[in-house]
Amino acid sequence: MNATGPAVVAEGLTKRFRSFTAVDHLDLRIEKGEIAGFIGPNGAGKSTTIRMLCGLLRPSEGRALVAGFDVGQQPEAVREHIGYMSQKFSLYGDLTVRENLRFFGGIYRVARGEMGERTRFAITMAGLQEREDALVRTLAGGWKQRLALGCAILHRPPILFLDEPTSGVEPEARRRFWDLIHELAAGGVTILVSTHYMDEAEYCNRIALIDRGRLVALGTPGQLRSRHLGGELFEIRCTPLGAALHVLQGAAGVIDAAIFGDRLHVVLGPGGLDQAGLPGFLQEHGVSVQAVRTVTPSLEDVFVRLVSTHHGGQDSS
Amino acid sequence: MNIRRVFAMAYKETLQIWRDPRSLAIALLMPLMQMTLLGYGVSLDIKHVPVCVYDQENNQQTRGIVERLVSSGWFSISRTLTRQTGIRRAMDRGECIAAIVIPANFSRELAATGSAPVQAILDATDVNTTNIAIGYLQGVVAQINAALDAQWAEAHGVKGSLAGQVELAQSTWFNETLDSRNFIIPGVVAVILALVGAQLTSLTIAREWERGTMEQLISTPVTALEVMLGKLVPYFAVGLIDAVFCLASAAWWFRVPFRGNIITLFVTTALFILVVLDIGYLISVRIRSQLGASQVALLITLLPTTLLSGYTFPIDQMPAPIRALTLIVYPRYYVTILRAIFLKGSGLADLWAPSLGLLAYAVIVIWLAARAFQKRLD
Repeated sequence: MNATGPAVVAEGLTKRFRSFTAVDHLDLRIEKGEIAGFIGPNGAGKSTTIRMLCGLLRPSEGRALVAGFDVGQQPEAVREHIGYMSQKFSLYGDLTVRENLRFFGGIYRVARGEMGERTRFAITMAGLQEREDALVRTLAGGWKQRLALGCAILHRPPILFLDEPTSGVEPEARRRFWDLIHELAAGGVTILVSTHYMDEAEYCNRIALIDRGRLVALGTPGQLRSRHLGGELFEIRCTPLGAALHVLQGAAGVIDAAIFGDRLHVVLGPGGLDQAGLPGFLQEHGVSVQAVRTVTPSLEDVFVRLVSTHHGGQDSS
Repeated sequence: MNIRRVFAMAYKETLQIWRDPRSLAIALLMPLMQMTLLGYGVSLDIKHVPVCVYDQENNQQTRGIVERLVSSGWFSISRTLTRQTGIRRAMDRGECIAAIVIPANFSRELAATGSAPVQAILDATDVNTTNIAIGYLQGVVAQINAALDAQWAEAHGVKGSLAGQVELAQSTWFNETLDSRNFIIPGVVAVILALVGAQLTSLTIAREWERGTMEQLISTPVTALEVMLGKLVPYFAVGLIDAVFCLASAAWWFRVPFRGNIITLFVTTALFILVVLDIGYLISVRIRSQLGASQVALLITLLPTTLLSGYTFPIDQMPAPIRALTLIVYPRYYVTILRAIFLKGSGLADLWAPSLGLLAYAVIVIWLAARAFQKRLD
């Protein structure tokens, strides 16, 4: 692995399955030590992208370098430098915790002198101290997930690919898993993790929003919040919600308006309506307004907005 | 290739075999069951051939002839007929393979001329059985003739044998008792090992695909050759145990004479097991479902092995194109080797040609299997 280059670079990375394009000219650059999150709905192409980056799928077009090696040309060199956790649990259920670790330790050629320490580390990390000799298929989801992570990092890979590692795991275990990811990143490991849980996006240094095989946005959570909303976000408590939404959607200066629970979220751009003018405008149209306040947009707000404009653009073309 | 990874694969595979005791039991007991089934079921010796008798004369002399048939042990009388037309009906119903017709004037003619005909009518639907039955009949007739000669000689006060009689002196080597079992059983061992061996490994890759463990495995730097060798190690042990079971029951249970040496037997058997396991592995790599792989393994091993390996149907007797085809039927080499080791006591030096055939097979199949294993999902 070269000392200065980025951990992962993709240029025009494309994967087609017959007529279906799963990943469509994806450009990506992930620096060393980053936690990069792949966010997007199911079927957006997150897994396909990760599999291409791990050398498991051959790109139909474009190329990608992982740890400086071309995934299409030198997949074995790539595999020496990565750890991979597939979306579906894929350790051996009929082997015990310790046996799985010993197997992957052998496959990754972890130095014999280090094996004991690495195994202990993985077992402690996964919180499996009492269950080293339990068959893996008898473990609950969170433990399985952490053990899979343990197996994937036995050989101290500089780059780690985690494909929806927390799907189907209860919230408590999810939080614990993200703590582990941050510890690994603090140790210098580059981590590329996909998820469809929007709240998990906040844990990443940088986010790649993927939809329908395309990269829709790339940036830190803060950048995405401010840049992609196109204006300021306000929360309005008013009645009736439906009528308010209707008049706001056509009003000047309104970039976006949506019902959010029992409130309205409205994005106001420059020119047209502003915060001060909002109550008056709504009351003119027969809506009674209880409160208006600015809110920090959640990433979910950003995603909903980005994905809807993205689809709009696609449909009209 | 890295030996550490091969060990890791072998370690994992051994644990998985061990944790699935039912499959292991089947793998170990199946050959013994098949050995019993095929060993007893397939025999070219025919005993108690059902025969109908139409004795038109039916006196003491003719009944004596019928008795000789029965006491030979080769024939049993399934029906005694009183009409010629009964023969056809009995054969149609499968009640007999042969019908013996003794004419009404048999005793008179024998007394007058010194010879008299007995008619044998044979159902030649099953040519093999018929030929053997004819052979037995001739044997019985020869015995009867000898007895008659002796009677005649005694009656006429002639001592010693008749002058000028020519006898064919037969000398049989290697299978002195002409017991077809000695010939068949080594073939049965080869057939069983070919079937069981391919079954053993045919599931090993498909199982990884079906359980989803393959995706993790191919994301590691392990190579195709390491995966194959690692997986073959424990199955090789299972295959050898199966071979020991089969060969031991051939020697001690079926009492096929063993004249060769153990080392030759071990080396050639190990080579054969390597070939059959690798055939199963190659199938497993190509077919990603366990059920499909197992069925393909059965299909492509069963028919060629039973029909073209020469274990029942002699390869020399096949038409030239089929004979050429048998060259790719790998069990034929092992059938030849086993028969030679058991019955002739041949050593490796005598068996270089079929051994080389197996070796070539092993190398080619290993190469194909290693190439066929792709570390990709698409």
